[in-house]
Amino acid sequence: MPRYLSLVRIDEASAPAEGPSEELMQRMGELIEEITKAGVMLDTAGLTPSAQGARVRWEGGSISVTDGPFTESKEVVGGYALMQCKDMAEALEWTKRFLKTHEEFWTVTCEVREIAEG
Amino acid sequence: MEAQPTAAHAIETVFRLESPRVVAGVARIVRDIGIAEELAQDALVAALERWPRDGVPDNPGAWLMATARHRAVDLVRRRETYARKLAEIGRNLPDAAPPPEPAHPDDIDDDLLRLVFTTCHPVLSREARIALTLRLLGGLTTAEIARAHLVPEPTIAQRIVRAKRALATRNVAFEVPYGPEREARLGSVLDVIYLIFNEGYAATAGDDLLRPGLCEDALRLTRLLSGLMPKEPEVHGLTALLEFQASRTAARTAPDGTAVLLKDQNRRRWNRMLIARGIRALARADATATGAPGPYALQAAIAACHAHAYSYAETDWRTIATLYALLAARAPSPVVELNRAVAVSMAEGPAEALELVDALAAEPALRDYHLLPSVRADLLSRLGRTAEARTEFERAASLTRNERERALLLRRAAEAG
Repeated sequence: MPRYLSLVRIDEASAPAEGPSEELMQRMGELIEEITKAGVMLDTAGLTPSAQGARVRWEGGSISVTDGPFTESKEVVGGYALMQCKDMAEALEWTKRFLKTHEEFWTVTCEVREIAEG
Repeated sequence: MEAQPTAAHAIETVFRLESPRVVAGVARIVRDIGIAEELAQDALVAALERWPRDGVPDNPGAWLMATARHRAVDLVRRRETYARKLAEIGRNLPDAAPPPEPAHPDDIDDDLLRLVFTTCHPVLSREARIALTLRLLGGLTTAEIARAHLVPEPTIAQRIVRAKRALATRNVAFEVPYGPEREARLGSVLDVIYLIFNEGYAATAGDDLLRPGLCEDALRLTRLLSGLMPKEPEVHGLTALLEFQASRTAARTAPDGTAVLLKDQNRRRWNRMLIARGIRALARADATATGAPGPYALQAAIAACHAHAYSYAETDWRTIATLYALLAARAPSPVVELNRAVAVSMAEGPAEALELVDALAAEPALRDYHLLPSVRADLLSRLGRTAEARTEFERAASLTRNERERALLLRRAAEAG
C-alpha cells in the first residue's frame, strides 16, 4: 500500500494573524484522530512560521543560506501529513476532509504526492 | 500517471473507507452482519444514483450511515409489526430489537469492536475468519481477497456467505466479550490479523503486482485495533511486531525476487519510520501491561533487538536468547526453541546451542522441517565437525521444497568438506 505525502501550503500573508481558531483546532484534532485510528495516518505536524526557517541551497557548486520568512513565495509549506492509503483516490478523499475543517476565509493548498518506494 | 479519480471511483473510495463503520453501526440494529452488509450496499447504490446528480454531501460518511440506518430501522419495524401480528394470533413475541442510538464517536468505536469480535468468532473456521475480516473490516472486495489468496473468486464468495450463515444460525451475539471469555476471544482476533500479515509476508517474493498487500491490510487492522483497544497490551504488542516486520519488507527480497535472510539484509533499506512506530507501540505495550508480557509483545521485543542492531553480529543476542526463553515458557513451541538455539549460538557459542537443538531431534512436529538439520549443520560446521555437518546440510536440502534454498544448502554441504 503506497504512502502519500500531503504538503500543506498556506499563504502566510493572508492567513489569520492570531493563527487557527480553537474550533478549527478541535475539528482538525478530531479528524486526525479518526485518520490515525483508521490506520492511515503515519505522521503529521504543523510547522512554525517560515520566519523561523531557512532555505539552504546548492547551486553552481556552492551553498547559500537564506533566512526566512520566504516572502518571495506566495505559498509556503505550513505542515505535512504522511498517510498510507490504498490508492491516490483515498489519499485525496482524506485530504479533502482535512481541508474542509478550515473556515471559508482560509486559502490552503495540499500537494499530494506518492512516495517512491523501493 | 494516475488521472483524477472518476466520480464513481471517488464514491467507491468513500464507501470503502466508511463501510466498516456503516456495517458495524447497522449490525447493532439488525443483529445480523449479513443483513447489515446488504443494507450498507443499498446505501452505496443510493449514493451512486444521487451523488453524481445532487453533488457529494458535505459529510459523505454520515450520509451513508444515516441512509443505511434508516433502512435498518424500517426493517426492524417491519419485523416488529410482523411479530406483533403473530402475537395477536396467539404466538410468543420474540425479543424486540433495541432502538437505534445516536452516533457518538465512542459508539462507533464500540460498534467496530463488536464487528471485529464477530468476524473473528471461534465458531468460524480460520479461513472464514480471515475472509470475513478482510471483507467487512478491511473493506476488500471478494475479488481482491481471492487474488490475495490465489483462489477463484466464487470460492471466497461462498466462504463469506457460509460464514455469515454460520454466525446467524449459531446465534452469535453481536457483542464485545467480557469476563473470562475475553482473553481467548481477543487472542483469536489477534491471531487472525497475524495470519493475514503472514500470508502477505510469505507471498511478497512473488511478482504479482496486482496482489493486494495483505501485510498492509493487516497493519491497518492492527493499528485500527490499537486505537479501539488502547488498554490492551497484546494489541500494542501485535502492532509493534507488525511494524517491525514491515520495516524490513524492502530489504527481504533481492532484485531477482528471491528471499534475503535476516543476516544478509542491507539494513539501510529498513524503513526507519516503521521502526520508530514499532518502538512506540512496544512502549505502549509495556506501559499498559499489568503482568508478564504476552507472546506478541515478546516477539515484538525480539524484533526490536534486531531493529536496534547495526549488523547481525552486533545484535544483542543475549537479550534475544532470554526473550525466546520467556516466549517458550509462555507459548511453548519447537520452532521457538529452535530460534532460541540460534540466539544462544550467537550469544554463547555453537556447543551450547547444539545441546538445545539435539533435544529437539525427537520432536515429531519438526520431523520434516528443513531448518532443524540446517541449523544443526551450521552449528556442527562451526564446531569443525565437518563430516556430520555435510550429512545434515544434505538432509536439509532433501527436505526443503524451495529450489533456490536447496541449491544453497547443497553448496554449503559441498563446502563443508
